[in-house]
Amino acid sequence: MATAPLIPGQKPRSNLEELLEGVWKQNPVFVMVLGMCPTLAVSVSAMNAMSMGLATAFVLVGSSLLVSLMRNLVPKEVRIATYILIIATFVTVVDYAIQAISLALYDALGAFIQLIVVNCIILGRAEAHASKNRPVKAVLNAIGMGAGFTIGLFALGAVREILGAGKLFGVSLFGPDFQPWVVMVLPPGGFFVLGAWLLLFNWLDSRKAAPAKPTESHAHV
Amino acid sequence: MSESVSQIFIGTLLANNFVLAMFLGLCPFLGVSARLNTALPMGAATTFVMLVASLCAFGLNWLVTALHLEFLRLIAYIVIIAAAVQLVEMVLKKTSPVLFRALGIYLALITTNCAVLGVALFQTAREYRFIQSLTFALAGGLGFTLALLLMAGLRERLSLANIPNVVQGTALSLLLAGLLSLAFMGFAGLGAGE
Amino acid sequence: MNVLTQPTPSSAAMIRTLGLVATVCGILIVSAYQSTREAVAANKRIALERAVFKVIPGAASVKEFVAGTAGVQPAGATPPLGAVKFYAAYDQAGALKGIAAEGAAKGYADTVRVLYAYDPEKQAITGIGVVSMRETPGIGDKIHSDPAFLKNFVALDAQLAADLKSLAHAIKVMKHGAKQNPWEIDAIAGATVTSKAVGKGINDSAQKLLPLLVPHLDTLQGGK
Repeated sequence: MATAPLIPGQKPRSNLEELLEGVWKQNPVFVMVLGMCPTLAVSVSAMNAMSMGLATAFVLVGSSLLVSLMRNLVPKEVRIATYILIIATFVTVVDYAIQAISLALYDALGAFIQLIVVNCIILGRAEAHASKNRPVKAVLNAIGMGAGFTIGLFALGAVREILGAGKLFGVSLFGPDFQPWVVMVLPPGGFFVLGAWLLLFNWLDSRKAAPAKPTESHAHV
Repeated sequence: MSESVSQIFIGTLLANNFVLAMFLGLCPFLGVSARLNTALPMGAATTFVMLVASLCAFGLNWLVTALHLEFLRLIAYIVIIAAAVQLVEMVLKKTSPVLFRALGIYLALITTNCAVLGVALFQTAREYRFIQSLTFALAGGLGFTLALLLMAGLRERLSLANIPNVVQGTALSLLLAGLLSLAFMGFAGLGAGE
Repeated sequence: MNVLTQPTPSSAAMIRTLGLVATVCGILIVSAYQSTREAVAANKRIALERAVFKVIPGAASVKEFVAGTAGVQPAGATPPLGAVKFYAAYDQAGALKGIAAEGAAKGYADTVRVLYAYDPEKQAITGIGVVSMRETPGIGDKIHSDPAFLKNFVALDAQLAADLKSLAHAIKVMKHGAKQNPWEIDAIAGATVTSKAVGKGINDSAQKLLPLLVPHLDTLQGGK
């Protein structure tokens, strides 16, 4: 876990760059392929996927803020213990919040809410980014990462729901004659759809690399 | 719940395989499954830690429930798992340096393996009793090892195949995992019967 | 976590930091728990009522009970050993409308949990609802939508035997189209395993619950 692909502090990055990093260039789902357990398990519908993404984003932002605020207080020896404690706290908070908002959603997500604790993205961010940056930057970066994770989950959940049930957010898209592609909402479908998304991104990358067009590397999001 | 031990074992090992059906422990599954000789020790270490975690979680759950402190359960689990892994690491280092060298690097990784916390959380959610919990942990670990070995075998073969660049890497692993998962779905219904 | 680093700062500093973090975390958790407790409890009650009202139409309130060897009592903090939990549903006027209880058995993919309604007057199971399952969409999950299958539970015979120790006829799941007696369930074609799980879950639960419950039914009357 905790791959730290970016080298912080080469040159100070602007706040906007911090924010956008997680959304596109280091998207946790499609580029870093981190935190896949919840990604695949709960993405059977767009709604579940979005909720899971938002819950994770909340934990990410909360723990990044706290870790960043405490970064000068925590001795190196106990830092991981501290991070885990902080993350587990925010997960417990989210767990109760979801129970209070909707029990049906809570049942659908099941133990995977609590499994946010061991989501590699969060500990990775705490260790690689939040512990080295000021609160504003840490929070912006966390918001970006959280948004990127949510977008990734949504992309996965939407495809699986559309193909596997013929619906999006529970609204039927193709009418009653549609024969759902059931395997998509079963476990293998999770692997296939994420694999297909990665293929798409690889293909886009290779197309961008092949004609060697100058510049235009991160102009659009 | 009234599931028999053998039902739990078969179900968790095959039909509800931790990796291929419940998506637990995917990071090591994709990370450490490139070669067979690393897959086996990783699986063994994880199984062992899962048993320890299951044992600890069972005790802790009893304690937390008795004291009506359910809201501390998650924190208690994660701390005890981290501590247990450290303890196992230290004990192994002292008593069996050979084994430690074989498993050492994996042990630290296992702390944040969702499969380990997953065992603790699922056994609590399903209200398993003591023997059921241990069976669940053992079968979960063996299932994880099985998936890891199958995947490693496939990937070793594929490293010799001529594959388009676009498909290389994680995308290929995921598609393979999807096929394996499809195959494991065939085990569904085993042990249901009468 | 790594204890093996060189010059350690004073233990006091580490303990102080961990103590501080733990305090902050403790405050966060407790405040979240306290502020959501009522909403969570309300949600749980609503969910339970919705599930019970679905299987017992016309009910207006639900109470939780346990049935043990010592008779029927309201579900408390520590139910006696071997007691079975069930829900009693009452109508507007406070008269007993029916009993609901949960049954579970292993299905095709995972455990199938159903809530069934028992009508004490008819001595029959009068409705089911699915609590949780992970059966194959389009095949096994028909158990909560297939009209022909649900027809089995309009009046599924669940009389007790003369000695009140077990059901007169165990509830059985037959292959599709082979149902003959009122205590048999006609399985869904192509989803026999899931159908069987439903039947087994209900049978296991009813065999345990009804002998404990039926002799004490009068204590539930007028529960308002």
